[in-house]
Parts: sequence; C-alpha cells; structure tokens
Amino acid sequence: MITPWPCPGGDEFAVVFDRGRLARLLIVPPLFAEMNHARGWLVATMRALDAAGIDSFLPDLPGTNESLQALPAQSLHGWRMAMAAAARHFRASHVLAVRGGALIFPNALPGWVIDPIAGHTLLRPMLRAAMIAAREGGMALDTATMLETGRHEGLLLAGYDCGPALIAGLDTARPLDEGQRELRSADLGGSAPWQRAEPGYDPASVPKLAAILAAGIAA
Amino acid sequence: MTATDDTLRRVLGDVLGLSPARLAAITADTPLLGALPELDSMAIATLFGAIEDRFGVLFDDAELTGEALADYASLLALVAGKLPR
Repeated sequence: MITPWPCPGGDEFAVVFDRGRLARLLIVPPLFAEMNHARGWLVATMRALDAAGIDSFLPDLPGTNESLQALPAQSLHGWRMAMAAAARHFRASHVLAVRGGALIFPNALPGWVIDPIAGHTLLRPMLRAAMIAAREGGMALDTATMLETGRHEGLLLAGYDCGPALIAGLDTARPLDEGQRELRSADLGGSAPWQRAEPGYDPASVPKLAAILAAGIAA
Repeated sequence: MTATDDTLRRVLGDVLGLSPARLAAITADTPLLGALPELDSMAIATLFGAIEDRFGVLFDDAELTGEALADYASLLALVAGKLPR
C-alpha cells in the first residue's frame, strides 16, 4: 500500500508492505528515469519479500514521483537526509540500494547494493541525450560545456529539471557502500530493468533476488 | 558471425527489448535510426552507454552521431573501430 511518511520539507509517500515484523528492508531506488524503469520490478520483489515474512519500504525521493517538493531545489545531500529520515521512521533493519540509490542510502544499515554507479556515470547518458536532442534541433552543444553550465545554473536533463546543487553533486559523487554486499543485476538473470528503453523486467529475477535478500536477513 | 557482432546484437536486444526473432533478422543494411521507434534520444544515449559498459570502450561526443546509427553495419563499424586489434 501507499502511505505518507514525514520527510524534511514535507510529507512524502512510500510503497510499504508493513505487518510490524522485525525484518524491515528499506529500498533506496535508482535515480531519474531508472527509478521509473525499476519500480515495477522492485514492487514485485517487495511482494515476494512480504510472502517470505519481511516488511519492506520504497520511499519517494523529494521532488520525484508523487512528491510535492520541487525537483530543482533537491540535492544529493537533501536526498541522503530524506532516506535517513525514512530509515528512522520505518525502523528499517536492513537496506537495499539500487544503482544511483547507492549515492544517497543510509550506509550504517546492513544490506545490499545492486549495480552501484558513480554520479558522473549516471549523468553521462542524460547529458548525451540532451546533446543529441539539441543537435536534432540544430544546436551544436557538447556535454562538457553543458555540464559546466549545469553546475552553475542547473540543467533540464531528459525531462528532469535539475538544480545546480544536484548536477554538481552528481558530477563527483561516489557510491557510499560500506560493508553492504554488492549484487550484480547480470547475476539475477535477464537484462537490468534500468537498461531497457521500455519498462520491463525478467520475472525470473524477482524470486531470485527475494531469496538472496531473505537468506541474508535471516542469517 | 564475429564475437563483436554477437555481443552488439545482445546489447541492442537488452536495451531496446527486441525479440530474438527481430534480432536474428538484423542484417548489415538493416536501418536503425528512423526505423526503430524505440530509438529516441534517451534510448540512443542508453544504447551507447551500454555498448561502452559491455565492450570497455569510451565514445567522444563527436562519435555519437546519427550516421553511426544509420544502419547496423555503421554501428558495428564504430564499435569494431574502438576495439584494440
């Protein structure tokens, strides 16, 4: 179900499977379009975890999805504060961070990261997409200049209105994992949901991921 | 079919969600840009990023052109040209 939770700057929503159990997994989603592509897969995994006796929580990042906060006002620092607040509110015992989620997750919790990426690796395709779109419109731009502009003025990237703090933060951010186990989507089978141009996932990867998480939480 | 060809087809299939049948039907002169509705600007950027990941190469801005995606042969030539020989 969808439930509000108190976040700095205003309430946000989260998908939750909460039966008050002791095993409680916070899921920090990928960023931008990758989040939309991974959402169905993550919710399917949450349903499988629920059947395995594990509560799970998938919060919106401020400024994304159902959030009423403005995206240009967000930063990686703000998202880190938000995910830490979500971990406290939902009393998370474990954490799973996916892709760019590894840049902002509460890394004091035990858990997993899936395909963690550096911020500039996340920015690159978005900058390139903007460059290709600009070229189609007859404007010659290069990604280095766009990035420099973005660091000072913000930038509209792949439909996401990113403020200068977010662009500058992403340009240099590294994954925060510290002792969490690293999972590779390639080992879960099928192509990764965030790598596909159209949303979709390999159904066989869901029970596989849920089994790994359930075994790790029970250990 | 070379290993490069094989891997490139797999990347195309993963990123664009093409069925094995559609992948197998791709020949050197199969047009890509303008022929595959899946290839919008974000998908093009994602595709180049996935190729970089899979082959361990890096493209310059100047290499990411419509000409490189004109047909399958042009994309394969771009990738093959980046690989150590």
